[in-house]
Amino acid sequence: MSGAPASPSMTAAAPAQGPGRALLLAAFVALLFLGTGIFQSWTLALLIVNMALVSSIMALGVNIQWGYAGLFSVGTMGFVALGGVSVVLISSAPAPGGWAAGGPGILLGLCMGAATIAAAVMAAAKLPKGRVRGLAVAAILIAGFLIFRAIFDPAVQAVEANNPSVHGNLGGLGLPVLLAWPVGGLLAAAAAWAIGKTALGLRSDYLAIATLGIAEIILAVLKNEDWLARGVKNVISLPRPVPYEVDLQRSQAFLDWANSFGFDPITASSIVVRLMYTGLFAIVLLLLIWLSQAALHSPWGRMMRAIRDNEVSAEAMGKDVTRRHLQVFILGSAVIGIAGAMMTTLDGQLTPGSYSPLRFTFLIWVMVIVGGSGNNWGSVLGGFLIWWLWVMVEPIGNWLMTVVTSGMAEGWLKGHLINSAAHMRLLTMGLILLLVLRFAPKGLLPER
Amino acid sequence: MDILNALVAFLNFVFIPGLAYGAQLALGALGATLIYSILRFSNFAHGDTMAIGTVFVILLTWGLQSMGIGFGPLPTALLALPVGILLTALLLLATDRAVYRYYRRVKAAPVILVMASLGVMFILNALTRFIIGTSDISFTDGERFILTAGDFRAATGLAEGLAIRTTQGVTVVVALIAVALLFWFLQKTRTGKSMRAFSDNEDLALLSGINPDRVVTVTWIVAAALATTAGTLYGLDKGFSPFTYFQLLLPIFAAAIVGGLGSPLGAIAGGFVIAFSEVMVTYAWKKVVTYLLPDSLAPDGLVQLMSTDYKFAVSFVILIIVLLVMPTGLFKGKSI
Repeated sequence: MSGAPASPSMTAAAPAQGPGRALLLAAFVALLFLGTGIFQSWTLALLIVNMALVSSIMALGVNIQWGYAGLFSVGTMGFVALGGVSVVLISSAPAPGGWAAGGPGILLGLCMGAATIAAAVMAAAKLPKGRVRGLAVAAILIAGFLIFRAIFDPAVQAVEANNPSVHGNLGGLGLPVLLAWPVGGLLAAAAAWAIGKTALGLRSDYLAIATLGIAEIILAVLKNEDWLARGVKNVISLPRPVPYEVDLQRSQAFLDWANSFGFDPITASSIVVRLMYTGLFAIVLLLLIWLSQAALHSPWGRMMRAIRDNEVSAEAMGKDVTRRHLQVFILGSAVIGIAGAMMTTLDGQLTPGSYSPLRFTFLIWVMVIVGGSGNNWGSVLGGFLIWWLWVMVEPIGNWLMTVVTSGMAEGWLKGHLINSAAHMRLLTMGLILLLVLRFAPKGLLPER
Repeated sequence: MDILNALVAFLNFVFIPGLAYGAQLALGALGATLIYSILRFSNFAHGDTMAIGTVFVILLTWGLQSMGIGFGPLPTALLALPVGILLTALLLLATDRAVYRYYRRVKAAPVILVMASLGVMFILNALTRFIIGTSDISFTDGERFILTAGDFRAATGLAEGLAIRTTQGVTVVVALIAVALLFWFLQKTRTGKSMRAFSDNEDLALLSGINPDRVVTVTWIVAAALATTAGTLYGLDKGFSPFTYFQLLLPIFAAAIVGGLGSPLGAIAGGFVIAFSEVMVTYAWKKVVTYLLPDSLAPDGLVQLMSTDYKFAVSFVILIIVLLVMPTGLFKGKSI
């Protein structure tokens, strides 16, 4: 990122602000959710709340990268997916015979691959510039690739042949699922380190393209490497950190409790389970917000914003801009990875086919921009508001189209219009993004 | 040892598909690189511009077909292409008026323009789905093959067949014409020269009396022509589906950066580098290798470096290598 400062602080005058404005907006969003609960159902409202909490954490991660440091990364989807992988690896039950079939071979192969890249990087750094260096690096890479395939391929075949209809993968460690959340953060951080090491320090657009690419590659790996997480065959019934509804319904203590309030036990059990998730997610969100706020207001945070607002002068003051960028990129990605693990835990399954960049990268960006870049609470507000809209726009659009077309004769146009309501989401999000960028570039809750 | 058959297999499965795909990527990358060098931002909506342009062409093609108008052995879509380009150009000019112009006026940082292009991307994507839905559409007609594998075998007596589909031939010819027109326009016409001057040094160009609004308008029109042509050729060749157009963004940007952002010649070279690498790395070489080696050494496996699902990884790895070895690309590009 050299040249013109890519600062998110934009031109237009900040609207009236202060804690009052934040509270007012928060109350408005709370009202949206209360309305959903009262007019539709509380289970639906809680479902949206839980996903909104997860989305807020993703937005927080993007805000750390963009709001603090002005890094334009569009690889959110990849880090979310890595978090999901960690849930499978940490908490799913071990596949019987999976590890014995080829686990060591796969590990050895991966180590060989990593060693090859390390050796090539070392050769490139140590040898003098010239034809010899080029040939040496190419030779190391080709030889390493052949060795990697020779070790890796048979091991993978053996693992994938192991009871493919149920397993066909290595399986997990069977550890508590909550452990997978920090591990998801670590996985994402490791990937961010690798990508940041190569793409940071170059131009800002390059980071965007590189992260766009890495996200697609992570997803391609997830879809095709069946030994890892069964690919598109999905891993289902992952363990949960909270009790199952049926277990609650069988528990006499719970039934008595529900009866004493006059609740229907089935509805009550599903609401209680969702509230437990809400509690867990809220704890993680508050912890992360507390950490991010502390970081933002520390000398480190001031340095980051100084770098964001003027790279050249920060560099002149002796700050190592590329290194700081790498640091903040890794931190933000780790937060996104944690959110990804939480989401997979909430779903109880990993379905690589359901990840799409529009939903997991660009929608999160809309949340950050709408909430207010650089403001952590803004990201949370944006996460809740945009996620509610994302869920509700479709039924609203359906209703709108039904009203609009009610006077029309039955026919092609009417059917087409009603069907197209399903695409209202993208249109609304695009419009919101453009309107906010144009008329309130600092977002709903401006920075400071 | 059977060099002739190996060569035919190579041409049939690697060279010709790679050539057609490369031409499509090159046209896409030309549009992206032009917008980058003159409007100075990476347009994330470029893939969806290609999609909506193709949608216009498909609708027009259906209209022509329902009137019984065809283009002989060639796809009817080629007849619809000029009008499709016109509609796309109008749409892009409207977007510029509604979205991008403001940010140019206030001299916003390039990254803000990129954000705005994300918003446009959402809207174009939604429009595409509104108009034509999400299912795959094949809109090619006319003759299917220029040369069929059977005819080739009969004519040459070789065991291996060589097939050239009409869409592949059309892609290469149309791309050649488009590139020739573009270079003539940029090098010889007054407007083209003023565009190049604007891209080289904006202040100097303004000082010498070049009208920036005109340059911007012409740039969007040229970009619309390139995007619609690229999208239509890709759709004719591989079938239309809105999702794949969004995913083309990565190879297109990779091609533009590998060639050197802002360099038209580089975009073309980059397109072919990316396309041929993608095809060669993901092709199963078993057939070619079997022809070349004696029977005793015939390979057991597919001799495939990577499965086809990793084609994004190929463009990505090339991108990274080029960025590390020569950060400005093959043809010295610019950086903002």
